[in-house]
Amino acid sequence: MARNGVISRRMRSDKVEGFEISAMDSHKEVHVLAVDDSLVDRKVIERLLKISSCKVTAVDSGRRALQFLGIDEEKKSVGFDGLKVDLIITDYCMPGMTGYELLKKIKESSALREIPVVIMSSENILTRIDRCLEEGAEDFIVKPVKLSDVKRLRDYMRREDKNGSENRGGIVNKRKLRETSDPSLSSSPPSNSSSSTSTSPSSSSSSSSSSSSSSGELDSPTRRLKMTNGDL
Amino acid sequence: MRDIRRSGRRDSTRGERKYGLFQVISPSRSAKTGLPLWLLGLGVDRLRTDMSRLLALLFHQGVLDEQFLQLQQLQDESCPNFVSEVINIYFHESEKLLRNLRGLLSDREFSDYKKMGIHLNQFMGSSSSIGAKRVRNVCVAFRAASEQNNRAGCLRALELLEHEYCYLKNKLHEFFQIEQQRVLAAGVRYPIQN
Repeated sequence: MARNGVISRRMRSDKVEGFEISAMDSHKEVHVLAVDDSLVDRKVIERLLKISSCKVTAVDSGRRALQFLGIDEEKKSVGFDGLKVDLIITDYCMPGMTGYELLKKIKESSALREIPVVIMSSENILTRIDRCLEEGAEDFIVKPVKLSDVKRLRDYMRREDKNGSENRGGIVNKRKLRETSDPSLSSSPPSNSSSSTSTSPSSSSSSSSSSSSSSGELDSPTRRLKMTNGDL
Repeated sequence: MRDIRRSGRRDSTRGERKYGLFQVISPSRSAKTGLPLWLLGLGVDRLRTDMSRLLALLFHQGVLDEQFLQLQQLQDESCPNFVSEVINIYFHESEKLLRNLRGLLSDREFSDYKKMGIHLNQFMGSSSSIGAKRVRNVCVAFRAASEQNNRAGCLRALELLEHEYCYLKNKLHEFFQIEQQRVLAAGVRYPIQN
């Protein structure tokens, strides 16, 4: 079914009583809110998510994202009007409100801060990545986004669900879990991330997926960096 | 392979078309190519080879990278035109951006390099999302010239960008044309039963 980037207005019509926060209660499918001002990128991310069995709502600005989530500049009231969002994935560089500003607004909201937020950017600037992570972003993906990236995101959401409603605690536990499983964790990116700069078509998702099993907190975003010089 | 289900038989006066559903009919001819339909169906393989060869060339030249393959992986029966849809959006947006860039640089008094940077970032982003490697790389160089407020450098980069974009567009059109033919030919070989 072809979908354009227009937000669904259905949210206002249904109000669900006694709605629970925990992720996969009433929905089998994960619902992702994708935010990107580029139509090309919206189409691609939408398709990537749909093919990974996610429900997608794609919007073209941070403002629209906040409207969809139920917080607007004017109103302070929040309502999960039937359409619960399990993950927000947003571009960093957008006119008006950047992805970083959107992230901050979401983390400032008591009702929305539990939702994991992932930032996408075509630039792999370390300070930018650090800033986003510090602000509470779940992960940082360097564009172009691939299927392997989306698959990794799905794992976050499932793991969050297992931890139940204590999502905040869940996130911390999850990171600690990953850290302990990889004792050789260091702050510099692993060398296999540099292979994704190769020009041959055969090395598509090999680098990302091979390192995902032994990743730790710092590995997760930094290994996505397409670095040309492996400085280890 | 005789297709008795969907093919019609034109009689010699090129008048009415008769459909022989359960009888074996003599090999019918495609009106356009004059080839027997069954031979047209066999052309699928040749067309598929042509597509692969074109893609291989484009990869070799660095015009496309693996992100294009990723797009192809997102195409299936439920979304059979995904790649061409995205690429067409890309063409539409790119041409707008190129017009904007050309417009900015035509102004001899031009100084809004920041605006140019914004256009370039957009162009870079969408190009990388569809795997247009060479176009994206020219954008990077263009942006560097823009950051140095180097108008002459920007003009040169714009020329190169327009050239690379044209080449990409022509090749991708060629690619989609072959794909269309392949789909048609495959439809002849494996027609849909009603």
